Amino acid sequence: MIRDITLGQYYPADSILHRLDPRVKLMGTILFLVGLFLIKGWAGYAVATVFLFAMIRISKVPFRFIVRGLKTIFIILLITLVFNLFLTPGDRVLVQIWKLQITDKGLNTAIFMAIRLIYLIIGSSLMTLTTTPNDLTDGLETLLGPLKKLHVPVHEVSMMMSIALRFIPILLEETDKIMKAQMARGADFEHGNLIQRAKSLVPLLVPLFISAFRRASDLAMAMEARCYRGGEGRTKMKPLAYARRDYCAYGILILFLAVIIALRVLL
Amino acid sequence: MSIVLEHVSYTYSPETAYEIHALKDVNLEIPDGQFIGLIGHTGSGKSTLVQHLNGLVRATSGHIYFNGEDIYAKDYDMRRLRGKVGLVFQYPEHQLFEVDVLSDVCFGPKNQGLSPEEAKERAREALRMVGISEEYEKQSPFELSGGQKRRVAIAGVLAMEPEVLILDEPTAGLDPKGRDEILDEISYLHKERGITVILVSHSMEDVAKYVERIIVMNQGEVLHDGAPREVFRHYKELESVGLAAPQVTYIVHTLKDKGFDVDGDATTIEEAKETILEAFRKKGRKL
Ligand SMILES: Nc1ncnc2c1ncn2[C@@H]1O[C@H](COP(=O)(O)OP(=O)(O)OP(=O)(O)O)[C@@H](O)[C@H]1O
Ligand SMILES: [Mg+2]
Repeated sequence: MIRDITLGQYYPADSILHRLDPRVKLMGTILFLVGLFLIKGWAGYAVATVFLFAMIRISKVPFRFIVRGLKTIFIILLITLVFNLFLTPGDRVLVQIWKLQITDKGLNTAIFMAIRLIYLIIGSSLMTLTTTPNDLTDGLETLLGPLKKLHVPVHEVSMMMSIALRFIPILLEETDKIMKAQMARGADFEHGNLIQRAKSLVPLLVPLFISAFRRASDLAMAMEARCYRGGEGRTKMKPLAYARRDYCAYGILILFLAVIIALRVLL
Repeated sequence: MSIVLEHVSYTYSPETAYEIHALKDVNLEIPDGQFIGLIGHTGSGKSTLVQHLNGLVRATSGHIYFNGEDIYAKDYDMRRLRGKVGLVFQYPEHQLFEVDVLSDVCFGPKNQGLSPEEAKERAREALRMVGISEEYEKQSPFELSGGQKRRVAIAGVLAMEPEVLILDEPTAGLDPKGRDEILDEISYLHKERGITVILVSHSMEDVAKYVERIIVMNQGEVLHDGAPREVFRHYKELESVGLAAPQVTYIVHTLKDKGFDVDGDATTIEEAKETILEAFRKKGRKL
């Protein structure tokens, strides 16, 4: 159950998407998200769908693995769906239940909102699934590099991000382990009312926090022992460099965005 | 009264890139009152196997019977099973969470539905068994030393008074004295209360000294299963799967190769001493 969260997890495979420069993938994800919010009407969604599924195919990440990440946002999805469905005023009332009504507009918005959310999650999962956390932060750091001039601690922020991403699976594993250890002592995480359940989390959360702090301090110690002192004057072993496929990818992305904008303007 | 495993297989993260077949068709019978050593190279599936025995991990295929009842049956009471099959995890000190030592040890008995008084009674008893004196009762478990934490964590499972006690490398990272104390205590429990003990260990010496049966795991399969002297007879094969026999096994084998009439099956220092002295005595007479 806990392992279902795919966000922030890398899926090793040998595909063009994996080999792309992380900057391209980051920009690509942002452009894709922007595209999603520019879409108006079925045609645009059709284009986005084709684009997204083509990317999934190219990435060689099994579809099941990507969809698994959606389970975790199911509740949010459901809430958005219900709110949009019932609370959007429209011209034509389709269904009336007591004081709640579903209008044509409501139905439209609800469906599009759901698709948008799902694509948003899939799109960003696809990026993290095909990019190692190290590459990801490398890309981010380079992309945000210009902000250093404004005294934004770009290196530090990206380092923190990479550590956070790196620790997600570790903490999940740790949670799993502690949960099992407490269950072996008869702990029950599944039954009881809300208060009982909240209470039953104490034996899980206390050891988890302690372990997180222990790991953090170990890591800090290890970094200092290897003379880490921030981004100042730090060079890279593998500086990022664009290859031909990266320019091609940019081309495809711009084309995608252009089509979306064209569809929005024309239709 | 026993635990029976039939064709148990387990796969981690099935159908993904991270798929690992941690157990492959394991068949075992664990009768009451045995002291069993479970050995195997890192990643051979020992921890995975023991987590099956109290139902924490559900086999991908196969059946497990506890006292004749299928633990995967629909209305089987898993929590009761966990009280009967006590499992001490690897590095159990990481599970401590209460404000003081006594309450932490009480966690298990309380979950079994005992009254606070009974739970405390059991906790005190368990703490005494692992050698934590009463003065520590009100101390925070986080202020103890590593070895003390380990003992408190073990007491947390002992306090549930399990019929089967499983310890996953209980002595990893302890000093020799602490190691011997804990193992002696467990051995004492085994003798006094007649509980079944399964000891997962990397130390061949410990295993040879305490257990009456050894199960050797290799890449998710049971490689050997038998009395220590039988298992350690295959010491060459054990080496090929990243294990070894106790040091004394090598000594007696070397002596044997050099023409001494020693028992090659000796696995503990005591046994080796006996057979070597015996051999010398015989030789002395001949001279
Ligand atoms: N939570 C998990 N998720 C995925 N794979 C796992 C998990 N736990 C263990 N494994 C894998 O299952 C296999 C068996 O692991 P297990 O922990 O049972 O080994 P072990 O014999 O206890 O090793 P050790 O002596 O190091 O404790 C290993 O290949 C391991 O990588
Ligand atoms: Mg283990």
